[in-house]
Amino acid sequence: MNNDINGEFGEVIWQVGGQQGEGIDSTGDILASTLNQLGYYLYGYREFSSRIKGGHTHYRLRISDNPIGAISHKLHLLVALDQESLSTQNHFLVPSGIIIADENLNVNSTMVRHNVVKAPLTRLSEDLGNKIVKNMAALGISIAIMNLRLADFEDVINQRFSKKGSKVVALNLAAIESGFDWACQHELLGKLPLKSGDKKKRLFMIGNQAAALGAIMAGCRFISAYPITPATEIMEYLGRQMPEIGGAAIQAEDEIAAINMVLGASYAGVRAMTSTSGPGLSLMMETIGLSGMTETPVVIIDAQRGGPSTGLPTKHEQSDLLSAIFGTHGEVPKIVITPTSVSQCFYQTANAFNLAEKYQCPVIVLSDVALSLGKQTVEPFDASKIKVDRGQILLEVDPTPEDGTFFQRYGYTASGVSPRPLPGTKNGVHFVTGLEHDETGLPADDPALRTAMMDKRLNKIPDLLPGSTFYHGPDNPDYLLVGYGSTYGPIAEAREMMANDGLLVGHLHILIIWPFPIAELDYNMETAKNIFIIENNATGQLEGLLDMHSPYDRKTKPIRKYNGQPFVPFEIYQQIKERL
Amino acid sequence: MIEPKIFRSGVRPNWCPGCGDFSVLNALTHSFSELDLAPHQITTVSGIGCSGRISGYLNTYGFHGVHGRALPVAQGVKLANRDLTVMAIGGDGDGLGIGLNHLIHAIRRNVDVTYIIIDNHIYGLTKGQTSPTSPTGFTSKSTPKGSLDTAVSPIQLALSAGIGFLGQAFVGNPKQMIKLIESGIKYNGFSLIIALSNCITYNKVNTLKWFRENIHDLDNDETYSPSDRKQALLSAVEHNDLVTGLIYHEEKASCQDLLPGYPNRPLVAQNLTPQQEILDNLTAAFY
Repeated sequence: MNNDINGEFGEVIWQVGGQQGEGIDSTGDILASTLNQLGYYLYGYREFSSRIKGGHTHYRLRISDNPIGAISHKLHLLVALDQESLSTQNHFLVPSGIIIADENLNVNSTMVRHNVVKAPLTRLSEDLGNKIVKNMAALGISIAIMNLRLADFEDVINQRFSKKGSKVVALNLAAIESGFDWACQHELLGKLPLKSGDKKKRLFMIGNQAAALGAIMAGCRFISAYPITPATEIMEYLGRQMPEIGGAAIQAEDEIAAINMVLGASYAGVRAMTSTSGPGLSLMMETIGLSGMTETPVVIIDAQRGGPSTGLPTKHEQSDLLSAIFGTHGEVPKIVITPTSVSQCFYQTANAFNLAEKYQCPVIVLSDVALSLGKQTVEPFDASKIKVDRGQILLEVDPTPEDGTFFQRYGYTASGVSPRPLPGTKNGVHFVTGLEHDETGLPADDPALRTAMMDKRLNKIPDLLPGSTFYHGPDNPDYLLVGYGSTYGPIAEAREMMANDGLLVGHLHILIIWPFPIAELDYNMETAKNIFIIENNATGQLEGLLDMHSPYDRKTKPIRKYNGQPFVPFEIYQQIKERL
Repeated sequence: MIEPKIFRSGVRPNWCPGCGDFSVLNALTHSFSELDLAPHQITTVSGIGCSGRISGYLNTYGFHGVHGRALPVAQGVKLANRDLTVMAIGGDGDGLGIGLNHLIHAIRRNVDVTYIIIDNHIYGLTKGQTSPTSPTGFTSKSTPKGSLDTAVSPIQLALSAGIGFLGQAFVGNPKQMIKLIESGIKYNGFSLIIALSNCITYNKVNTLKWFRENIHDLDNDETYSPSDRKQALLSAVEHNDLVTGLIYHEEKASCQDLLPGYPNRPLVAQNLTPQQEILDNLTAAFY
């Protein structure tokens, strides 16, 4: 806890836990939205079950005056509305942390060492006439403890509840105030005082929303998808926005229909995408092959969850990597992007549309539960950083007699990418098929042609796409931490912890993982003495890729986690320290 | 008007001589011609099987996709460019076996696509296995002791799913088929035309002669009204689905009419330049 000379905290980790349906999410969202307006950096993470009501859920919010990209193992302030919040979560509490427990709960003896405060949350809200607002009473107490101003919360409460009428707004405000007053009367005011935020305007959103926004800005005007956790918010957001921006959103009957509609729309020339999670990705595989074979661009966002099979629908994992890269029978060109933050969900989804059209291939954007549903502070997006590059689309084709001779859709070119007239274009009539085909697209199985066409498709994407990896740290580090995608935040923070211990440590991270950027990886790994490969899967999929591509045995050491939880920085730090 | 032969690509079909698929190919080129369409205005999406090859034999934009998924691809094409005439074509295995799910949902969604199922009651390209429309007891290489399953009835399924345009043609009656295809293309919404066909090589039961003897033609039935869904269902049941002609027709709003905010200009023609103003409006809710 980095409290400064004034006794103020630069960082507080707050958590509320209760039963689903008790308003746990809205409690967290109201606190977070207000803090965001006050200029704090936030990272919010929900833990929930695959059911609608009931079952324990919690919302953890890391509040900081510095940019952060991960949850933390620590907990300063725990608000417990159900028994499970106490029995399963209290061990994260720092020694000087505070637990606010509803007085109905059984506070067991193991927590006496912590500062447990039994608060009459249910009673306070019943006094106001409705016990449903006990979460708001709890929020009021939290506000007092962190020395925040009640007045700062009024806007957010108004925005959130105004649709339900002024009575509901008044009830919620009263409940917050009643909790705040109770905290003051019980000497809790300013127990964990937060430094003030910088009041700068920043976005606060989940990765799914950022990805959907990125798609819109890249010109995506068609989405077809099937609901699946943790990707559904993408189709929901685009379902709301497409009518506003002149696009179409279709809820498909299944993932197979979704990807085929998207492929059809993309073939016809609109930028189109689908969003899914592991089970849906498995269903889409055949058509991903068709996209590769017909050289029709398609963008798929796979928000990974715990696999295999139905697996852990609401829990975190990075185990679709090899499926995304190699999935579908046969060998097709493909690009796989692993965004590192909510901000990158925006920019890399936009980038995916350019790459898909430039190389006329399927592009998979791999996020995961931490990234798709984790809520992060994001610097405002910059539209000027997004360029729309539609590649080899032909809007006009020189006249040839319409005598049944097809346009050469797959003509050989230096780049391997052939011009693509869109359906409706005069003189551009052509045929595409999932069968092996000749330059005109007609089915053909001549051995020499087959080889040439395979080479055309497989060689058109360069071995290394610009910006595939990035590195932070000293030259020639003693320790090198390597990861991809959403582990960026936890690894970056673990690296700082090690650097603070005086170790020479670097962080190498992959943003575009296929084509596998082995040249950049090998370059960075060459001089490192101890290389740790950090990933959220059981079998070491990234490590496997390294073994497959690198001629060198780097004697890498695995750090893997596959219990359904994302990494926290400290456990990475701790595991490395244990092995030194 | 463009001559029908212009709608044929230069590719020679690899169908068996005497295959019913040839009749459908001819009916299509004549329908396109009659409707005064040009090749580039049409996109034909087809599935896998003998009949799925048809998109390569037509001089239109052709998309030959994976097995059973012609309908979702076709709907995507149409929604992306509403100015195109979009055809989906496949066989009974493609559309009523592996792809049956999509048929029901395409009917519900009502995107303006014309779907032709060439139904010969057998899998031909894999050399003669029982199909979803093969009658119970049908013997084939995959059911040597006779099929145990009840045949799928696309007519009854389509009617109960709420279809707006349904016809059934027979490869032995090209005039009627052309008329049905033309009406289906002109129909604003999803139209289904089943083309009863023979497999000259593998189906020795449901032959042209057999169809002729069993078909009841609704176009020549003065008591029949194609605007009556109940009568349509009853006549399908009564005649064991072997009815031909216009079975059902009802004007209703299509998906394109109903999609909120869906522009009159095709989606493919929208301005895609990223604008900070749009981004700011969209992100205002996240501060």
